[in-house]
Amino acid sequence: MDAILNLWNSFSQDWPTLATLILILLKIVVIMLPLMVLVAYYTYAERKIIGYMQVRIGPNRVGFFGRHAFGLGQPLADAFKLMFKEIVIPTKANRVLFVIAPMLSLGPALAAWAVFPFNEGMALADINAGLLYLLAMTSVGVYGVIIAGWASNSKYALLGAMRSAAQIVSYEIAMGFALVGVLVAAGSLNLSDIVRAQSGSLLHWYWLPLLPLFLIYFISGVAETNRAPFDVAEGESEIVAGFHVDYSGMTFAAFFLGEYANMILVSALTALMFMGGWLSPFQGTPLEPFFAWVPGFVWLVAKTFFFMYLFLWFRATFPRYRYDQIMRLGWKVFIPITIVWILVVGLAVVYQLPWWFD
Amino acid sequence: MLENYLPILIFIVVALAVGVVVVSLGFVLGPHRPDAEKCSVYECGFEAFEDSRMKFDVRYYLVAILFIIFDLEIAFLFPWAVVLGKIGMAGFIAMFIFLAILVIGFIYEWKKGALEWE
Repeated sequence: MDAILNLWNSFSQDWPTLATLILILLKIVVIMLPLMVLVAYYTYAERKIIGYMQVRIGPNRVGFFGRHAFGLGQPLADAFKLMFKEIVIPTKANRVLFVIAPMLSLGPALAAWAVFPFNEGMALADINAGLLYLLAMTSVGVYGVIIAGWASNSKYALLGAMRSAAQIVSYEIAMGFALVGVLVAAGSLNLSDIVRAQSGSLLHWYWLPLLPLFLIYFISGVAETNRAPFDVAEGESEIVAGFHVDYSGMTFAAFFLGEYANMILVSALTALMFMGGWLSPFQGTPLEPFFAWVPGFVWLVAKTFFFMYLFLWFRATFPRYRYDQIMRLGWKVFIPITIVWILVVGLAVVYQLPWWFD
Repeated sequence: MLENYLPILIFIVVALAVGVVVVSLGFVLGPHRPDAEKCSVYECGFEAFEDSRMKFDVRYYLVAILFIIFDLEIAFLFPWAVVLGKIGMAGFIAMFIFLAILVIGFIYEWKKGALEWE
């Protein structure tokens, strides 16, 4: 171990720029690899959990080395199957756009994690404009959808892309307003500062002071990722699979990965901005010393998993909304509520009112 | 200051590279046996009747236009939200007037039926 450290020290003295680059790349790999594994096993969790909710067993055959292992090998088997499938490009499609679209859908979903703080001082880039960067990256995802629908040159794909884009764009406004509310309360765009501003106790996390914004943010997140009950974009019964109807093999897998990475991102952001991120839920209670040994990262992951579970629960529970209901909810319910609540929070900040439950 | 943004730039490049690698893996490993039927436009087994780039509902344009207005508004609100604690009541009233003008427009759209999807 010491020998490796010594080697690294002399190396970073000789080539400082190269050493920083390698360090950054290593950090990126440390973030991205677990993320990809999580995406893979999120699909497994989805099938298993929804299976149990419907009194089925879910995938339980594919395992490792001849053991079934509760079907834990299923995501790997799926990945390898998709890798060896033919990628069909329809003759009428725009070939270049057709291939670029899935990359555009996956890339930003991963890139958004660059500013995410996993613990106190544990972020790849702790920049001041963190929230702005996140808003920008989550907005780019819609390009993948609309380009895919257009490039496929198929009616189903075009209709699906149109619906999907209009829906994403509508809910992005509600999402943006909810974020503005968080900003007003925290007074900073820096994600770590937003978490620190929630410090105090479980009741000081923004889910309670900003309860309407919290609900609206998470529901908008579900709608943004085109998940049930807002999945009209891929309503099987009418437009087959929506914008990715003509995609196969790994191009389809890229959309799939992007969607699940986005779901994880929305869950993690909800945990970060409304559930106190890495803060312990026992802060300020007599129980605090007993849980002081738990690293903040564990709390963050637990909160994130809770919201990821909600995504699956929603899918098993709610029937699909009609398209006009979706648009009505976004424009006529969420946007007015968020505007009003921003003004309420703004007044509270201007008059420096204490939290109303203190 | 700016060196904070270098990791982000590298992260974006890596993320896009992952996208490219995922898709090109499929091209490298998968078979290529195209035929006329397989590569025809998907339309539930029919021959495609007409060009797929057809007219679509004008309301999608309307949503896009409204989105631009409201998204810009959010962009305006961001710096205001960060410094609200320092600029106090004057800043609040200024933004209230700005929001009020937008809300009047929003009510107009609502009454005109721009948000109706039946």
